Amino acid sequence: MGVSDWIRSWPVYRQLTGADRLGRGDAAASPQSRERQPRTADADRVAASVCPYCAVGCAQNVYVGSDAAGERVLQIEGNPDSPVSRGRLCPKGSASKQLVTGDHREDRVLYRPAYGTEWQELDLPTAMDMLADRVLDARRKGWQETDAHGNPLRRTQGIASLGGATLDNEENYLIKKLFTALGAVQIENQARI
Amino acid sequence: MGSNMAEAHPVGFQWVMEAKTRGATVLHIDPRFTRTSALADKHVPLRAGSDIAFLGGVINHILSNDLDFREYVQAYTNASFLVSEEFVDTEDLDGLFSGYDPDTSTYDTSTWQYENGFPEDSVEGDRHREQSAGEQHGSGGPKLESGTGIATDETLQHPRCVFQILKRHFSRYTPEMVERICGVSRDDFLEVCRAWTSASGREHTAALVYSVGWTQHSMGAQYIRAGAIIQLLLGNIGRPGGGVLALRGHASIQGSTDIPTLYNLLPGYLPMPDARHAGKADYVESIRGTHQKGYWHNADDYLVSLLKEYWGEAASEENDYRFDYLPRIDGDHGTYRTVMDMIDGKVFGYFLLGQNPAVGSAHGRLQRLGMANLDWLVVRDLTMIESAEFWRNAPEIETGEIVAEQCRTEVFFFPAASHVEKEGTFTQTQRMLQWRDRAVEPRGDQRSELWFIYHLGRLLRRKLARSTDDRDRPLQDLAWDYRTEGDGDFPEPSADDVLRRINGVDLTTGELLDSYLQLRSDGTTAAGCWIYSGVYAGGVNRARNRTARTEQDETALEWGWAWPANRRVLYNRASADPQGRPWSERKKLVWWDAERGEWTGHDVPDFPKTTPPGFEPEYGEAGPGALAGDDPFIMQADGKAWLFAPSGVVDGPLPTHYEPHESPMPNLLYGQQGSPARKVYSRADNPSNPAPPESGGEVFPFVFTAARLTEHHTAGGMSRQLAYLSELQPALFVEVSPQLAAERGLTNLDWAHVVTSRAAVDARVLVTERMRPLRLDGRVVHQVWMPYHWGPSGKVDGDIVNDLLGVVLDPNTLIQESKVATCDIRPGRRPRGRELLEYLAEYRRRAGVTVATGSHVLTADTAGSDAAAPGMTVSDATVSDRPAPDTTAPDTTDREEDA
Repeated sequence: MGVSDWIRSWPVYRQLTGADRLGRGDAAASPQSRERQPRTADADRVAASVCPYCAVGCAQNVYVGSDAAGERVLQIEGNPDSPVSRGRLCPKGSASKQLVTGDHREDRVLYRPAYGTEWQELDLPTAMDMLADRVLDARRKGWQETDAHGNPLRRTQGIASLGGATLDNEENYLIKKLFTALGAVQIENQARI
Repeated sequence: MGSNMAEAHPVGFQWVMEAKTRGATVLHIDPRFTRTSALADKHVPLRAGSDIAFLGGVINHILSNDLDFREYVQAYTNASFLVSEEFVDTEDLDGLFSGYDPDTSTYDTSTWQYENGFPEDSVEGDRHREQSAGEQHGSGGPKLESGTGIATDETLQHPRCVFQILKRHFSRYTPEMVERICGVSRDDFLEVCRAWTSASGREHTAALVYSVGWTQHSMGAQYIRAGAIIQLLLGNIGRPGGGVLALRGHASIQGSTDIPTLYNLLPGYLPMPDARHAGKADYVESIRGTHQKGYWHNADDYLVSLLKEYWGEAASEENDYRFDYLPRIDGDHGTYRTVMDMIDGKVFGYFLLGQNPAVGSAHGRLQRLGMANLDWLVVRDLTMIESAEFWRNAPEIETGEIVAEQCRTEVFFFPAASHVEKEGTFTQTQRMLQWRDRAVEPRGDQRSELWFIYHLGRLLRRKLARSTDDRDRPLQDLAWDYRTEGDGDFPEPSADDVLRRINGVDLTTGELLDSYLQLRSDGTTAAGCWIYSGVYAGGVNRARNRTARTEQDETALEWGWAWPANRRVLYNRASADPQGRPWSERKKLVWWDAERGEWTGHDVPDFPKTTPPGFEPEYGEAGPGALAGDDPFIMQADGKAWLFAPSGVVDGPLPTHYEPHESPMPNLLYGQQGSPARKVYSRADNPSNPAPPESGGEVFPFVFTAARLTEHHTAGGMSRQLAYLSELQPALFVEVSPQLAAERGLTNLDWAHVVTSRAAVDARVLVTERMRPLRLDGRVVHQVWMPYHWGPSGKVDGDIVNDLLGVVLDPNTLIQESKVATCDIRPGRRPRGRELLEYLAEYRRRAGVTVATGSHVLTADTAGSDAAAPGMTVSDATVSDRPAPDTTAPDTTDREEDA
C-alpha cells in the first residue's frame, strides 16, 4: 500500500473528503465491517406478526432461520409497511426477540403439591387429566342450581379465571365458551383492571 | 389527559408529533411532568383525582361564552331533549342526584328519563352496579323504550332541556374553583380553554387522548363522560382529527372486552343473563326497548346467532335456542369480589391465563392470601411469575402470614406459547384486528391457550360423556368440533377455524357471512361475536390484510380489519353536516352522494347506506328504519350523542366532581365528599386511609399516584426477565419534589419507603422538579409518583407497588381506583418480617383506621336524612392484620362493618 492509499484508508480522511461528512456510513466502514451482514440475511422466511406489549398494534416482521435444532427466530423488526407504526418499535417491542428466545422461558409442566416446598415435573397429558378431575370437583363443590327465590342459576362459584389481555381473540372466545358451558361465571380479564 | 403517551404508547405518539409539525397545538394535562409534557406545547400539572373539576370548568367556559359548535350540538346531540320533571340535580341535593338510596348507596335512575319517552321499567340501581352495568354498552347504547316521540325544545331555552340542565350543573365549576381544587392557575386554565375551544367548528377539530390515568378511579367512567361532553359541545366526535381516544394498555385488551372473558358479558357486549330473566324473550326485552332506534334493536339476531354457535344442532326454536344453558349472574362476580371469596373459602380452583395478579392487581396482599386458600391454582405463562410462586416468594412468607408447609393450594404451572409460536388475532386500541402468522413451533410442553382450553374441554366432555345429570347437558351439547392441525392425541386446534365461526356462517348455505346485517334470530345463522361479523367477508381473512401504507390512502382500509364493518372512525356520519355535506373541504370524511342516493367517502360510512340526510321516521318506528337522516349515533337508542345520560351510567347522568376515596381535601363543591355510588368493600383486610370529614387523614398527608415506564410492562412478567429491559430500568424508585424531599429528609438515590394503611414499600428516591407541589385552597399538597413494575422475581426485583392500594371500585366498571390514594413517605428502608406488621398497625392506630373508615359514602346534607353523619362515632376495633372471618352471607351488600 502506497502512502496515498494508506492515507485514503483512514476513516477521518474519507469523512472529510467524501460525501459521508457525519461519518455514519461509508466513511466509517472497514474491511471487516464491509463483510458483515445483517442477521436477517440468513432468514429462510419472514412471518407477519404484531407486537405483544401495548395496544398500539405495531406490526412486526419475524425472521425465521433454521439449524440442526430446527427452526428458530433470528430477529424481530418493525414492519415499515404498517400504517400504524411505519416500522418503528419501542424498547419493549425491540426487545421482543429476547422475550421469545430468552432462557427465562419455561418449557416443562411443573407441579407443586399441597404443602409442598419444591416444584415437581409432571408430563403434560397427566397434568391435563389431573386438572380435568379437579375442575369437575371444584365445579361440583361450588354448584348453585337456584337462588333463594327459586330462580335458575345453573352455575358454579367454585371456579374462577383471570386472563391476561395478550390472549388472542380466538383463545378468549374458547375460554368464555367452555367456562360458560361449565357454568363458571367468575371469568375475568385484565380488561377489568 | 390521564395519559403519558410518549412513554406508555411511544410508537403511537409519532402521530401526535406528526400533527404538531403540521401546526397542531399539543396540551398535556397530567399530575407529573413526563416526556409527553416535554414534547407538548404546554404542560399543566393538576392534582391526581381532580380531573372532573377541571373538565367541568372547561364545560362551563364553553357554555358561559357560547363557544359550542351550535349547529352540531343542535342536530347530533340530545341538547334539545326535555328531561323528566322528577329529575333533581346535584345543585339542589348537595352533590347527589335524585333517586339515591342511602341503604345500598346506589341510584334508582328512573327520574333521569326524558319527558314523553315511553316510561322505563323501574330501574334497580343496586343490581346494575353489582353487574357493572355501565360496561355492558360497549357496542349498543343503553336501552330506551322509545327513540322517537321525545319532547324537545329546538331553541335550547326550556329550563328542563338537556342544554340548560348542563349549564346549571356546571355553573359552579368556575376558574377560581378549578384553581382551588386542581391547583391549576387561572391563567393556565384559560389558556387550555382558549386552545381547546379554538379547535372546533366546521374547519377545526381537536382529539382527546386518555389512558388508565382516567379509567382507574372510583368515577373513571365519569371522567370519560366529561371529556366526551366537551368533545361533543365542540363538534369533535365522528370527524377526522377528532374523537375521544382511549389508549389501551395490552396487545388485545380491546379484543378481551369485545370477545370478553368478563363475568357480566357475552361476546359483542351482550349482557350475561340475570337470574330474573325468565327466558330468551324476557332477556331481549330487558336489554333493548321495543321502540328504540338503531341497530341494537336487533339484539335478538345477535343472541340467537351466538347460541347457535355455542350449541349448534342442539339449539332450536323449540328449546329457546338453549338460552337456559347459560349460567345466570345475580350480583358482583368481579375479580376483586372473587379474590375476597377465595379468602373466605368459597372458591376452590383458579385459572391464571397470562396474568400476574400477585403483582399486577390492586392490593397484592389480598390477591396472594386468596391464592393461598384454594384447592388448586393453574398458572399459564411464558416464565415463572410471582403468582405461580407465592408459596415461596410472596412478601407474606417473610411476615409469616404464608407458610409453604401449611399452604394447601396445589399449583400447576403450564408453559405457554409466545405470540410468534401461535397464530390468531389481536384487536388493537382502535378496534382493528390484525392476524399474526405462526413463525415457529413452541418447544417442549409450551402450548397456546387455544390448545389448552380446547383439550381441557375435550377431556371434560369425555369424562362426562355418559352423565345423565342435567347440569352436564350444556357441556355435552357444546359445539366443540373445531378443526385441528397435526396428528396425535393432542393436535393443535385451528385458530383460523375459530375465527371463521366468530365471523359467522349462513347455516342454510354453509357460506361465511359478510356482515352483521345478515344475522337472523330464526336459527339460520351462527356467529360467535356479531360485531366481528365481516372479518371473514367474502371468505377472506381480512384481519390478515397487509396492503402497505404507501399503496393506499391514509384511512388505510386495506390494513387489518376494524369492527364494525371495517369502519375506522365510529359515527362518521357526523363528519358531514345535517344536509349530508362535509362540514368543510379539509375535514372531509363521509358524505351523501345525491346522484347515487347513498353515503360515500374515504371511510366506510357508519350509517344506513341509503337513508338520505332529510329522512324523518314515523312516530313509534323502531330499529334501523327509525333512524332519521340526522341521527349519526346509530347504536344509541335515540340516534343522538348523549350530553346527559338518561340511562346506562349508574352513578349519575352528568359527571360531577367528587374527591377520590382517599384524599387530603374536602370536596369544595358539595357536601358529598366522594362518589356516592362508589363500590366499597369494608373488610378488616381491606382498610382505607381516612378522608374528610373523617379525621386522621394527616397521617397519610400526600397524594399517591402510579404509572408505567417505557421499558417495563405492567406486572413485569414480560419485561423484568429480559436483560435489555432490566438494564435500562434496573430498580424501583419514587419521584418526589425538592420541597417534599426537604420536608421529609429524603436524599436523592437513597432509600425511602412509602406507607399506606395496607403496606409499606421500599424504593430509591428520585428528587425531581417533575413533581411540583400544588397550592390548593390556601394549602400546599405534595404528590408522590411511582412506577409499579417490580416484584420478587426476575432479573431485577423490588417491592410490589400495588400492595399500597386498597380495593375501591368504579360502580360502572368495577375497575379499581389505583391512580390515586393517600400515603406517607419516610427516609430509609421499611421494617421487615413481623416488625412490618406492627409498623403498619401503628400507622392505622395513629390514623384511627377501623373497618368503618371510608365506608360511610354518603356525606351530603340531605333534608330528612341523617345518614350523612360521617363515621366519626364508630368505635370499631382497630383493623387487625389477619383476614376477616367469613361474615359474608349470599345476597348481602359488601359492607361488613361487624367484621
